[in-house]
Amino acid sequence: MGRWSWNKMLRIQNLKKHFGGVRAVDGCSFEVKKGEITALIGPNGSGKTTIFNLISGILKADFGEVFLNKQKITNKKIYHISNLGVSRLFQQARLFNNLTVRENLLLASNQEDTKFWKNLFFKNKIKKYKIDDLKRISKLVGIDGFQNKLARNLSYGQKRLVGIARAILNYPKVLMLDEPVAGVNPLLRKRIAKILLQLKKQGETIFLIEHDMNFTLGIADRVIVVDEGKIIAEGTPKQIKHNPKVLEAYLGE
Amino acid sequence: MIEAYFIHLLILIGIYIILAISLQLTLGFTGLLNLGHIAFFAIGAYTAALLTLNGTPFIIALLLAGVFAMLSGFLLSLLTKKLKGDYLALATIAFTFVVYAIALNWTKLTRGPLGLPGIPKPSFFGISFSSNFSFLILTLIIVLITYLIIKKITISPFGKVLEAIRDDELATKVLGKNTFKMKGYALAISAFFAGLAGSLYAHYITFIDPSSFTLLQLIPILIIVIVGGLASLRGTIIATIVLILLPEVLRFIGIPSTILGPMRQIIYALILLLILIYKPKGFYGKVELE
Repeated sequence: MGRWSWNKMLRIQNLKKHFGGVRAVDGCSFEVKKGEITALIGPNGSGKTTIFNLISGILKADFGEVFLNKQKITNKKIYHISNLGVSRLFQQARLFNNLTVRENLLLASNQEDTKFWKNLFFKNKIKKYKIDDLKRISKLVGIDGFQNKLARNLSYGQKRLVGIARAILNYPKVLMLDEPVAGVNPLLRKRIAKILLQLKKQGETIFLIEHDMNFTLGIADRVIVVDEGKIIAEGTPKQIKHNPKVLEAYLGE
Repeated sequence: MIEAYFIHLLILIGIYIILAISLQLTLGFTGLLNLGHIAFFAIGAYTAALLTLNGTPFIIALLLAGVFAMLSGFLLSLLTKKLKGDYLALATIAFTFVVYAIALNWTKLTRGPLGLPGIPKPSFFGISFSSNFSFLILTLIIVLITYLIIKKITISPFGKVLEAIRDDELATKVLGKNTFKMKGYALAISAFFAGLAGSLYAHYITFIDPSSFTLLQLIPILIIVIVGGLASLRGTIIATIVLILLPEVLRFIGIPSTILGPMRQIIYALILLLILIYKPKGFYGKVELE
């Protein structure tokens, strides 16, 4: 298939987004490879979340293209991009607070629920494999103990875990996590790292934003560093650790 | 005499239950700040009245009243596609004024402020519903159908998507749901039942004029929804019964009708105030809005 071989799950090409005079994303090009954990790092306000928002369709790009598996998804509708296989965890968990954990998860996995007439006249049976997956992922993430609790009654850490499980159960081709371990305790951080590595083992493609250097460098296969909307470095965690440009921009050394 | 009075109250309760639980679908379950419910009620009432006055059979007019209200609900959802919260509330209030203004000024069709008198009592398949008791049976049947359909919607996975939209629309979109379409469905179904209620009202009172369809008429329905509790159908039904019967008690302790009207408004305002202070979720509400 030429230059872009099969293992590129997500390909971003010269993406640009301006907010007034601010160039939030200024010509970014990079790839997320299939079955890998790719991390996007950079100082606060460097444009990481904006890149995520552009990929998932929440913001419209001024310029550039986003490809998912060779298919162009630039500026498509949010729900359309999601159905094509881009799943997203926000910086805040954004759970449906008045629904139970199980209902939150079912909303991700069951796409029959938007069919009005079917829901009105028939008993909407959820496919068995989806129920099995729900149980399996809940167990993997460690939220199987409180499936019937309302989301609003969960602790902060539990909310993050349910958010991660919900993003996985959306059956994505690429799982995008915006700061999955922000504000969680070290123990839970370790557990989330384990979960992500486990998911990678199962073949999931993960693309994440993270501030915690140790966490990122510990699990990522490849790291992309952005600063002021531009990519300043790209490589394995080892290469990034010793890149003088990164140390200057990101660690301020 | 007392029997006729109770039947009258029960019919009113029935019509209000249809209005309130259909408003719950948009307001309580989908989180749409829809203040245009009276407009759908008006569209239903005028459609039913005009059709039956021109010889259309009751049952067809009833369904068309629902369908016309539904179509206008769908139209409203298209027009307010990008609006949320307070802005949606303002737009739907404006919609109520537009419908009111049409009823008032399109005199060739609606006779404007003169109203439409002599709306026939319903009858179909040879059964006449001209007595109030038979009209009550008809009302209760429609209340039951409304309740069952809205209940089924809300407990189905479709209803869970509506609730997800209420809790976090962006997160719902990100899970792959076309929330715009779903909100359109919710508004259209809600409007359909408000239209049926309008039809029942027109045939029961046998006279309609624009003054029955102002924003003021929405207030008791909103209070019912808030007192009963957002997203609770049971609470809504109980609240409707209590709030309609409560002012009637005053009649029996000898308060004259002239004072009763204003009294009712004061009582409602007081109840609303007390609920908002002491029980902001309503009596049966489980939903906490952010």
